Amino acid sequence: MVRFENVGLRYGIGPEVLRDLTFTIEPDSFQFLTGPSGAGKTTLLKLLFMALKPTRGLVSVLGHDVSSLSADSLAVLRRRIGVVFQDFRLLDHLTTYANVALPLRILGREEASYRSEVVELLKWVGLGERMHMLPPVLSGGEKQRAAIARALITRPEVLLADEPTGNVDPSLARRLLRLFLELNRSGTAIVLATHDIALMDQVDCPRMVLSDGHLDVYD
Amino acid sequence: MSTTKPEALLRGFLGRLLGALTRRSGDQAIVPIETVEGRALVVVVAIMTLLAGLTVGAVHLVRSAASDWQNALRREVTIQVRPVDGRDFEAEIAKAVAAARGIAGIAEVRAYTAEETRKALEPWLGTGLALDDLPIPRLITVTIAPGATPDLALLKRRLADTVSGASLDDHRSWSERLGAMRGGFGAAGFLVLALVVAAAILSIGFATQSAVAVNRPMIEVLHLIGAKDGFIAAEFQRHFLWLGALGGFIGALIAMLAFAVFGLWARRGVISPETDQVEALFGRFAMGWQGYAGIVGVMVLVTAITALTSRLVVLKTLRSLD
Repeated sequence: MVRFENVGLRYGIGPEVLRDLTFTIEPDSFQFLTGPSGAGKTTLLKLLFMALKPTRGLVSVLGHDVSSLSADSLAVLRRRIGVVFQDFRLLDHLTTYANVALPLRILGREEASYRSEVVELLKWVGLGERMHMLPPVLSGGEKQRAAIARALITRPEVLLADEPTGNVDPSLARRLLRLFLELNRSGTAIVLATHDIALMDQVDCPRMVLSDGHLDVYD
Repeated sequence: MSTTKPEALLRGFLGRLLGALTRRSGDQAIVPIETVEGRALVVVVAIMTLLAGLTVGAVHLVRSAASDWQNALRREVTIQVRPVDGRDFEAEIAKAVAAARGIAGIAEVRAYTAEETRKALEPWLGTGLALDDLPIPRLITVTIAPGATPDLALLKRRLADTVSGASLDDHRSWSERLGAMRGGFGAAGFLVLALVVAAAILSIGFATQSAVAVNRPMIEVLHLIGAKDGFIAAEFQRHFLWLGALGGFIGALIAMLAFAVFGLWARRGVISPETDQVEALFGRFAMGWQGYAGIVGVMVLVTAITALTSRLVVLKTLRSLD
């Protein structure tokens, strides 16, 4: 599904921040991406959702070598990958409903065709009552769930989440984890970046550990 | 920071109007509507359209006034008959009138009477003038029919052959001077117009650029959740097209109203006693449809510039993301 071979990344003429990354993400898999702060988790996620291109090595996403794709083809490929950003990146002038519906509007779908779908998903993540609110009035946990709903609305094949439990209390973190596990059971491969060891201990799954630009995978 | 009531009303009006124009039914606009930068852009576009529109109108007025002067001169020639010893002066004048009437394309021939000549000379020679004692020439005005090109060379020959002391003045030297002046006005006008339009393009371009730049985080989000570059650029272009059109419409409307109101005042003599001088320079201050079309053209141009600049800035931002 996603394959990295000897991937390296450097910014400008600086040293490599990621070195010799080789790993695969299988369909329907669930894995944590972890490591100390500043180890490069967010940078690796950016490579995974093609916001960055590697300076060397091969990155193959859903069967495509990303270095050879045009801007439009990359955009189409990104639609098959859901991303939950660490800072949510909700658009403050759009309601929660409109934020979650945004990926569907990008696909060119009419509002009538997706309204019930969006409302159902918002109810599923517990935001049924908050769908007409603007993000600035939502709590951290509500923004997190809205960001997750936006990432899920197009039923992506892979979901990448950057510290999705970083801004919530332990109880909500457990609920969000259950939500990700449920998604995984329904067929979505999940990469969950976190440095919360207690959270990782709740799931028996591979851990991708980044340290000093190197990646080790522990099954 | 507190705002005054007119400012609040203007903000509210612009916001509601923009909202109504840019919102698709059932959907919220992806590009935020009521932003400080958007409102500022509308004001910049309106001011620059007004300035460019006023310049277009003024250039058009001066050019058409100069053209009117030249046409008026071209529509009239003058025959001058000097008294010659031993000749019947009135008979020579009558022969000159007959010669002029015999040329095709002449609409009207009118000889000044002795009384009219005396009155015309009064400002220079004083009253109680005895013309009979002086060899004062007599003028015959010849009006050319509209669109006609009479053979003035033939008239000149006939006058030389049949009328003693007659000469023909076709105002050519005046007409040529006016033609040169008209050309000068035109060139200067277009230079000023080009400068104003260039200033408008630059200021609108920069204002649009900064209005788009504040939306960079939004462009990034749309890019990362799978929007194609063309989709993002089109969303911004549509939004800024409306902003440009609204600003352009306000500026053009004020410019057109200004010319219409001045035209009306001039016609009703409100500007008197300077009305004569104003009319001498600008004709009757009435701008034809070409002038108004020019202002509409400015509006279309600034709208297009605003939309196009937004598209280019968005595409540049997206290129920097890849």
